[in-house]
Amino acid sequence: MNWSEFIRMGGYGFYVWSSYGLALLVLLLNLYLPLRRRKTVRRLLHEFLRLKEQTR
Amino acid sequence: MQYMHKYASPKFFYTLAGKLTPWMAALTAVLLVAGLYLGLFVAPVDFQQGESYRIMFIHVPAAWMSMFIYVCMAGAGAIALVWNVKLFEMFAGNCAPVGASFTFLALVTGSLWGKPMWGAWWAWDARLTSELILFFLYIGYMALEASIDDPRRAARASAILALVGVVNIPVIHFSVEWWNTLHQPASVGKVGTPSIHPSMLAPLLLMSLGFTFYFFTVALMRMRNEILERERHTTWVAQLLESKS
Repeated sequence: MNWSEFIRMGGYGFYVWSSYGLALLVLLLNLYLPLRRRKTVRRLLHEFLRLKEQTR
Repeated sequence: MQYMHKYASPKFFYTLAGKLTPWMAALTAVLLVAGLYLGLFVAPVDFQQGESYRIMFIHVPAAWMSMFIYVCMAGAGAIALVWNVKLFEMFAGNCAPVGASFTFLALVTGSLWGKPMWGAWWAWDARLTSELILFFLYIGYMALEASIDDPRRAARASAILALVGVVNIPVIHFSVEWWNTLHQPASVGKVGTPSIHPSMLAPLLLMSLGFTFYFFTVALMRMRNEILERERHTTWVAQLLESKS
């Protein structure tokens, strides 16, 4: 198989690869957001429990 | 009902979801890699649309997901309304951003496919318009949920909005039959006479399953975060954090 032919996609390269690229972006973003949120939640919870401990 | 309450207890679900997530993620990866390989390297070129038809392997699964996630969201919202189960409430709320992004993906890839095939990025065609309405329903759902401070009241209000919006789903599905549309009719799902070759059907189904498991993976991850946040006053969360630090 010829790679430059593959990238060209019979002249539709721009449309095909934009679609696949956007799909990748959407999938990665939806994975990144909960991972980042997890870090934030953990940090906030540690803080919350520390304060609760202090005021007891 | 007692089983539902056991499995729907946030603590039980948090642990279960934590065990399931890596398996779901692995399954997603396998399905997507297989789907991409068959879709990009094995499936032959289309005699009418040339190579541009390969956009279908993203566009159609994304469009299916946009509807599937909406039905999940409205269904879980209804269950939460009737039986007052917190877990379904959280599931419904976490469907919205993922569903909205699949709807966005379906709309944009449709546009990228429409331009070379129809000569237009957009047309006010029944299928396209109803899918755009679906996108606005997701946005409206998220806006409504965010505008109410109390999470339980927010979930109730947005569940009602989601249920009203369900009428749009059959409209999207049947739009290509009810109206004379520019959008082509469905190629999959006609019993007995599938109008799509197995070599193209296989990657389409693999990508769809991959997107489905991706959705479940991400939904579980989101729900775990929300459970920790909402249950922060409980002893099990305190113990969990202590054991991890």
